[in-house]
Amino acid sequence: MATIVAEASGMPVLVVEHEMPFIRKYVFSTDHKVIGIQFLFFSLFFLLIGGLLAVLIRYQLGWPGKAIPGGGVLPESMAPQGIMLPEFYNSLVTMHGTFMVFFAIMPLLVGVYANYLIPLQIGAHDMAFPKLNMASFWISVPAGLMMMASFAVEGGAAGAGWTSYAPLSARPDLSGVSLGQQMWIVSLVVLGLGSILGAVNYVTTVINNRAPGMTWFRLPLATWALFISAILILLSMPVLSAAMIMLLFDQTIGTNFFLPAEGGQPLLWQHLFWFFGHPEVYILILPAMGFVSEIIANGSRKPIFGYHSMVFALIAIAFLGFLVWGHHMFQSGMNPALGMSFMISTLVISVPSAIKVFNWMGTLWEGNIQFHTPMLFAVGFVMLFVIGGLSGVYMASTPVDIYIHDTYFIVAHIHYVLLGGSLFAIFGAIYYWFPKMFGRMINDTAGKIHFFATFILFNLTFFPMHGLGMKGMMRRIYDPAQYEHLSEIQDTNTMVSIAAIALFGTGIYFLVLFFWSLFKGKKAPANPWNATTLEWQTPSPPRHGNWSELPVVYHGPYEYSHPDMDRDWLAQNERPDIVSPAHPELTDQVLAETGASEEPSPGTHTDGAG
Amino acid sequence: MTSHAATVDSTAQRPERGLGVYDKKVGMWVFLCSEVMFFTGLIGSYIILRFGASDVWPMPGEVLNVPVTAVNTFLLICSSVTMVKAFAAAEVGDLKGMRLYLLATAVIGAGFVGVQVFEYNQLIHHGFLPSSGLYGATFFTMTGFHGLHVTVGVICIAWVTAKAYRGGYTQEDHEGVEVIGLYWHFVDLVWIILFTVVYLI
Repeated sequence: MATIVAEASGMPVLVVEHEMPFIRKYVFSTDHKVIGIQFLFFSLFFLLIGGLLAVLIRYQLGWPGKAIPGGGVLPESMAPQGIMLPEFYNSLVTMHGTFMVFFAIMPLLVGVYANYLIPLQIGAHDMAFPKLNMASFWISVPAGLMMMASFAVEGGAAGAGWTSYAPLSARPDLSGVSLGQQMWIVSLVVLGLGSILGAVNYVTTVINNRAPGMTWFRLPLATWALFISAILILLSMPVLSAAMIMLLFDQTIGTNFFLPAEGGQPLLWQHLFWFFGHPEVYILILPAMGFVSEIIANGSRKPIFGYHSMVFALIAIAFLGFLVWGHHMFQSGMNPALGMSFMISTLVISVPSAIKVFNWMGTLWEGNIQFHTPMLFAVGFVMLFVIGGLSGVYMASTPVDIYIHDTYFIVAHIHYVLLGGSLFAIFGAIYYWFPKMFGRMINDTAGKIHFFATFILFNLTFFPMHGLGMKGMMRRIYDPAQYEHLSEIQDTNTMVSIAAIALFGTGIYFLVLFFWSLFKGKKAPANPWNATTLEWQTPSPPRHGNWSELPVVYHGPYEYSHPDMDRDWLAQNERPDIVSPAHPELTDQVLAETGASEEPSPGTHTDGAG
Repeated sequence: MTSHAATVDSTAQRPERGLGVYDKKVGMWVFLCSEVMFFTGLIGSYIILRFGASDVWPMPGEVLNVPVTAVNTFLLICSSVTMVKAFAAAEVGDLKGMRLYLLATAVIGAGFVGVQVFEYNQLIHHGFLPSSGLYGATFFTMTGFHGLHVTVGVICIAWVTAKAYRGGYTQEDHEGVEVIGLYWHFVDLVWIILFTVVYLI
């Protein structure tokens, strides 16, 4: 390992690598970088599983009641003679949502990048609690295995939807699933515990372990976004755990929290679930926004437009995210006056979201734009997020929502923000930080092919779903052809299914490219994108412990194209006199600023915004 | 990056970074925020369920043995006092006092768990179970998860006490005592709220 470090970086490397046994170094490691990479493999695996389930769902919707090619391998309880049973279809939609939200997107964003990036970007040797960090990964693994195993138990996997509304989820005689539902609950409670431990770590690390000179408003936006997401996890996840435990008791020991026949309240489940569920949506999008901010500033060779407003918009979205959960429940029979207030608070969220979109456009404006693969994915994110955001405004309006509630319009919306949004940003982030993580490059042309294929097929798959929803196709429906008004849109469904299966193909292409680049990719330099933040000022990959001595930070995170510099970027820990000896007065200015900001003091310096 | 080593000393020598509070203490406070939300979820559900079913709710003392639990509450508050005394002793360098007060905290905490087990035993013996309507369900869920937190706390305090007896803490360095103290006071505080809303109102 040490030799690769030396070769790949081309920099002098202090050989402090004390020899550790393989199992301590790569399996039960406390190094935040190794844990981040472990989460990467973990969540890519579940991304693949979730995608596979999506293909099965789309097969049933595209060709209802036809035998799945190769479906004969599935047991009788799922698909006799390859023809999918409705109960199995219920498990598929439930587990697709569960895997994608909890085991793929969330760990990809937070597990991978909060672990990998935070200590590097703030200039720390490691997380505040490395052992707790290791625990958070090794708690997630049995949770994932248990969720996988639930397919094999009597009655199959959970089938009440990823939202698991009671009483359907609370009474096995209604859903036909007993043990599977219980395993679903236990798995998510365990995973939630892992997430909370991770979040404690991220928050403490950012608060307490920033390098000298790394003030709050010199933090890169990726770290800001991950920090805010960690706070959301911390405050919303335990509420889900509490609700899940009550649901588990309803299932197992005869309580009746959510069973109306015994005086329980099914609406209580919805309130608790969405009190977690809506902040969860922002846990899944805020880090994506952070990565996109990094990549767009880098690809435009400009400081991010409105750094401070980007930070305040993140905070505003996170805060408002706790006040809007009821917009998932307009149709639930709750008090209409409550619906009105949830509608207003939801519409208010479009303000900070729009601030972010306009700031990205402002960053691109007159930039010296470099369309490398990460940049394509970042710009693709902005385009698709705008579409997803706008359809969100439709749903936030109660009168419109009553019409489109629980239709494919909603399915289109969530995939525009979660796949077109979060996953595009994740792909961008993987291409962007891959050289840092593994010391090798991903071929740019191959990456661009991946981008364009994904972008086109994504829109072919999900844009028509808006129309399907408007025509009345219900979400989670097993066989649309059984209704006359839906049988006439069967052609659209078949087209969508073909596009979806091809989209899955681009995912396989990406995985092949990923693993090929891992072993055969070109050796990466320390800073292939000429980026400014601290992680790029280390060798690729960084050594154990990151820094021999902590870096000192003099600038905001996006000093691109500074007019007085000889090159178009200035790293956060670089004094300008090293780069530009012709301007010694800049050095004095920067040093004065650093001296003046020993204590984190928001807003006293003008860096960051350029 | 190593080329700026000469400039490091100006800012790197600051004694504390961030909040000026050590990591474990920040981490415990952050974790307790999460715990607050967990108990808010349980207690909030209890309030909503009770308001939805007020006509069938038993009066205080009808099912539960309030005097026994009142004594138990007093025990838990006492254990918080001994916890504070342990920390105060450590601050002034009275390590013997610290050890004794830690031991007292662990013993009183274990006593609280013991009384709760006795109470549960009695209730179950009288046919009051988690499946006994919403009252039973909310009672056992809330007090059960609180009891679990106390049990974890007792185990941690026992561990800290053992470390203290091995000489693991000094007047300058007794982070573990302070951090477990924060957790213990939180658990105590939750109990005061639970005792009020479950037993008294």
